[in-house]
Amino acid sequence: MEKVITAHQLTKKFGQFIATNAITFDVKAGEIFGFLGANGAGKTTAMRMLCGLSKPSSGEAKIAGYDIYTQTESIKQHIGYMSQKFSLYEDLTVTENIRFFGGIYGLSQQQIKEKSDALIQRLELSSVAHTLLSSLPLGWKQKLAFSVAILHEPKIVFLDEPTGGVDPVTRRQFWDLIYEAAAKGITIFVTTHYMDEAEYCDRISIMVDGKMEALGTPLELKQQFKAVTMDEVFYILARGAKRIE
Amino acid sequence: MKRLLSFVKKEFKHVMRDRKTLLILFGMPVVQILIFGFALSNEIKESGIVVLDNSHSETSRKFIEKVSSGHYFEVENLIDDNAELENSFKEGKVKLALVIPNHFEERVLAGEPSNLQVVVDASDPNTATVLTNYIAAISRDFQMQMSQLPVTPQLIQPEVRMLYNPQLKGAPNFVPGVMALVLMLICVMMTAVSIVREKETGTMEILLVSPFHPFMVIMAKAIPYMFISLLNVTTILLLSVWVLDLPINGSILLLYAESSLFIAASLAIGIFISIKTSSQQVAMLISLMGMMLPTILFSGFMFPIENMPLPLQVISNIIPAKWFYIIVKSIMIKGLGFSYIWKETLILFGMTLFFFLISLKNFKIRLS
Repeated sequence: MEKVITAHQLTKKFGQFIATNAITFDVKAGEIFGFLGANGAGKTTAMRMLCGLSKPSSGEAKIAGYDIYTQTESIKQHIGYMSQKFSLYEDLTVTENIRFFGGIYGLSQQQIKEKSDALIQRLELSSVAHTLLSSLPLGWKQKLAFSVAILHEPKIVFLDEPTGGVDPVTRRQFWDLIYEAAAKGITIFVTTHYMDEAEYCDRISIMVDGKMEALGTPLELKQQFKAVTMDEVFYILARGAKRIE
Repeated sequence: MKRLLSFVKKEFKHVMRDRKTLLILFGMPVVQILIFGFALSNEIKESGIVVLDNSHSETSRKFIEKVSSGHYFEVENLIDDNAELENSFKEGKVKLALVIPNHFEERVLAGEPSNLQVVVDASDPNTATVLTNYIAAISRDFQMQMSQLPVTPQLIQPEVRMLYNPQLKGAPNFVPGVMALVLMLICVMMTAVSIVREKETGTMEILLVSPFHPFMVIMAKAIPYMFISLLNVTTILLLSVWVLDLPINGSILLLYAESSLFIAASLAIGIFISIKTSSQQVAMLISLMGMMLPTILFSGFMFPIENMPLPLQVISNIIPAKWFYIIVKSIMIKGLGFSYIWKETLILFGMTLFFFLISLKNFKIRLS
């Protein structure tokens, strides 16, 4: 199967501090790849390098076949990104947000119109399509943010703790959206703190103090660490962490 | 280009949605022009005076008429004795009192010297001096009219011509100043805050991940404020022509071109501030303290730069508003063409270029 992310010895140093220490992994097309780790383990740094937001100190990586040092512009055209902070515009309406992001990804008027109609229908937002985002509940906004991040049909979408602060029902609905996207062939790269979400992933990796300490399917990891739940796996690994936030 | 357009549209929406900011954007120039035009004037108009006419003659009446005919003085009351005179001052209604002596008419007609007593409220020394000067000028004029012969032949008679501003109005001085101040404030503060806001809310990250070029993000931010600022220039010019009776003597086209250059300089500074700061409050504070104060102090429209100590004169050179102030004055008031202001234009252009380049150099395409 085609590999959409390959990382080899990818490292990021801030002075003496090694935020991400020589991580090596790859992600296959259409896979839901979970990226776990305690706070400060280096997840966000790693993700930012993969998105082209941060320059690696050393190591190599290719995203959708493009090099992260030299071809960041091509990478940007083929990825979507959703950050931990809510990142749509609160003072624009639902439709205006969709139009804007469609616009900066260079979609045509026709495409934007079709996609935004479909999206509003899918998320059942037609009654609030012309409401300012600031008056919508967080769960709705997060679902919208995800849909906007894949509006331009990227090969990979990076989700940085997308369900933080969202209620369990909405989280479940959010994961339905993720599955739908994956079924369309979009690769999902997701960081999370919720271990039940880790179980939803095809494969997961666990970062501890900047190093990738475990990588495999949830089942493989549970067997490897002789644990019953993912919670235990995570606890066994994270217990050894020296970095405390 | 289409991407830029959808970005600019979005920026306009941000501005239009924010009622308070909108009010500041379009209200500020109007309020400032009106305040400077009517409230903060150092011109003296229609000062209340009282007259104690001991002469009761045709000539004294003519003199009083002459004093009150201009728009400098308004005779509040004709009084009868010194006690009343004192009371008028105590009540604070009048700034100046004239006491016309007994034999005013005979002496003036005979060409003999006559004393005119002028009593002034000198609690504000500047106003007092100006008022007495006016009275002196009026009485000199009156004397020339009344007597055929020159009484005291003056050998040296200064013939004063007030260039560019013959009526000594305040408007020619402050309209260019307000223009510089308003443009500086709007461009620097608004751009800085709007870029930093995107950093704060996290949307900047999303924009940087998108294929939209980071430099275009900045340009897209600047365009709406360029547009709004040009609207403000228009408002200020309309107000100064229609409300303050200050005509534009030079080329309007040149004035707009120079304004655009100054706006560009201010935008560049705003962008630079936004790159160096990460919170809206800091950006606003720096814009206010770093821009508004020096603009007021060093542009020359409130305090003449020539009177400052040398180090401050040197500092004033790095204030873009100073050069813009000179340019606007030259075009609007003196009606000069480009050949007289090319040096100032070049300096502003250099400043703009400088800030754009260091902004570009400092702008982090990658977050860290």
